[in-house]
Amino acid sequence: MFDFDKWQEIFTTIAKNPLRTFLTAWSVAWGIWMLIILLGAGKGLQNGAEYQMSDDAINSIWIRPGETSIPFRGTQVGRRIQLTNEDYDEIAGRVDGVEYITSRFYPAGILSVSYGKEYGSFSVRAVHPDHQYLENTLVVEGRYINEKDLRDFRKVVVIGERVKEALFKEEAALGKYIKLNNLLFKVVGVFRDEGQEGETELIYLPISTAQRTFNGANRVNQMMLTVGDASLEESQLITQDIHRRLASRHNFSMEDPKAVYVNNNVENYQNFLNVMLGIRFFIWIIGIGTILAGIVGVSNIMMIIVKERTREFGIRKALGATPWSIVSLILQESIFITSIAGYAGLILGIVVLEGVGKLMQGTDFFRNPEVDFGIAIQATILLVVCGALAGLIPALKAANIRPIVALREE
Amino acid sequence: MIKLSNIHKSYQVGKNRLHVLKGIDLDIAEGELVSIMGSSGSGKSTLLNILGILDNYDQGEYYLDGTLIKNLNETRAAIYRNKFIGFVFQSFNLISFKNAMENVALPLYYQKVSRRKRNRLALEYLDKVGLYDWAHHLPNELSGGQKQRVAIARALISDPSVILADEPTGALDTQTSYEVMEVLKDINKNGKTVIIVTHEKDISEMTQRVIRLRDGMIESYGLEKQPVVDNK
Repeated sequence: MFDFDKWQEIFTTIAKNPLRTFLTAWSVAWGIWMLIILLGAGKGLQNGAEYQMSDDAINSIWIRPGETSIPFRGTQVGRRIQLTNEDYDEIAGRVDGVEYITSRFYPAGILSVSYGKEYGSFSVRAVHPDHQYLENTLVVEGRYINEKDLRDFRKVVVIGERVKEALFKEEAALGKYIKLNNLLFKVVGVFRDEGQEGETELIYLPISTAQRTFNGANRVNQMMLTVGDASLEESQLITQDIHRRLASRHNFSMEDPKAVYVNNNVENYQNFLNVMLGIRFFIWIIGIGTILAGIVGVSNIMMIIVKERTREFGIRKALGATPWSIVSLILQESIFITSIAGYAGLILGIVVLEGVGKLMQGTDFFRNPEVDFGIAIQATILLVVCGALAGLIPALKAANIRPIVALREE
Repeated sequence: MIKLSNIHKSYQVGKNRLHVLKGIDLDIAEGELVSIMGSSGSGKSTLLNILGILDNYDQGEYYLDGTLIKNLNETRAAIYRNKFIGFVFQSFNLISFKNAMENVALPLYYQKVSRRKRNRLALEYLDKVGLYDWAHHLPNELSGGQKQRVAIARALISDPSVILADEPTGALDTQTSYEVMEVLKDINKNGKTVIIVTHEKDISEMTQRVIRLRDGMIESYGLEKQPVVDNK
């Protein structure tokens, strides 16, 4: 393969025919470049969507109350449904397949949060200990709310990193007391959250304490639960079971779409996966199309090149070139040009992707565009091989043509 | 050097077969300078192609330098062309993107001669045809006569048994034609067998023997030197 003379011959040809070299190289480099950008952009979209989903448990079911919209057993429409601790007890105790479950209560009227002279306004959520698993909360200092806090109505809080920064600056927060409307709460933990920034501007309280302290009685604003590794069908059964129990407890129709919203994230995630699959499929279709266009481009140019050089091959044959020497000359030149060009397209594509990734670093829907290097290399090799094959057929024809015929070509 | 016996060749033209060569018998000895003449359609180009192993024949036998040239595959034919034959064409057939030296050196490339050696030899042969100073010029920078001399140098460089020239002066003016013929005659004086296909009487008259073709048959072998007829 490493025949110095042949390479010399090839380099001379390349140097003397810059336009056709450029055209071949361009169609390959462009094809590979497009493919890299496409695959990378698709991956970026996927990463972004996954990032947005990463905040909440993907196997969760969310329950929010609403207003009735269908008259049922003598009740009017427009009746507000109020979830309670008893609903929580029934679902936690009776529904099969519940893994973690928490209520959420938003204490009304907490106007200020302060520590010493530092004030701030933060959302406050009163929850059960299982809440930690539903929001993918990462405790970085101390601990999360626990069962004992709930039983003893302890006045404790777990604060987000942003809350800590705002109130405590450089100071340690654990064990200190912060004021919620002039009531003192002890900080027992600091957390971080995988989700968006806002998720750490939060304060968590034990739900029992909050209901007693902030006039909550037994009211609950919403409930969330996870279903472990239940399948889509199992999760749908659980959703139905919950819906039925709530309907009978609160006396609304099962047909009523607005009384209680039971939102199945397993189903949502499945839909999301389907959409992603669709996008990936679409990108592959376009990618394959791009590669095919590249192959057609290279084939065309190779055929034109061979046609254009028929006379030259005739001369070479008259001077003693064997058919194989002609074929290998064409193939080696084509493989050389397409490999170099393919590689250049690949590198350029990756550089552009990196640049775009850096520029769009802050955005949530598009993150870390990246390309499977193996696939990129395979695509390049495919293009090189197809270019060579495309050249091979006319090359074989040119090589086997009688020199006298080739010499007559003008 | 060359021995043809009962060579037949026909071409398929549409539905008809065109019988071009109808039994050619021919002997050309080593060191001869012969010309083949004939009107167009007489089969002289076909005969030349067969002599040059550029085309095959249907029937008969062709011995070149003692080797039977028959039913060769392309690879074998290429090797024999390289070894036995040097071509000179009417349209020169130089490779346009190679300079004169590289064009002359090309046959040696196919003999796997090293680059350095074949370029040295190429310069030597260019010197013989008086074009040493033009070695690094591309064909389109040369005149017709110069191109043909480059082609002759290229035909000579592989030291073939026979030089086949197909209308070597067809694209040249009279003055240049005579110069090219002088070069060919010089080559012949050095012992090389030279066969020239031409339809120009004055060119054929510069050769030792004129073979005349007519309708695919040899009309005269020209064994006795033809009397020079001055019809101007």
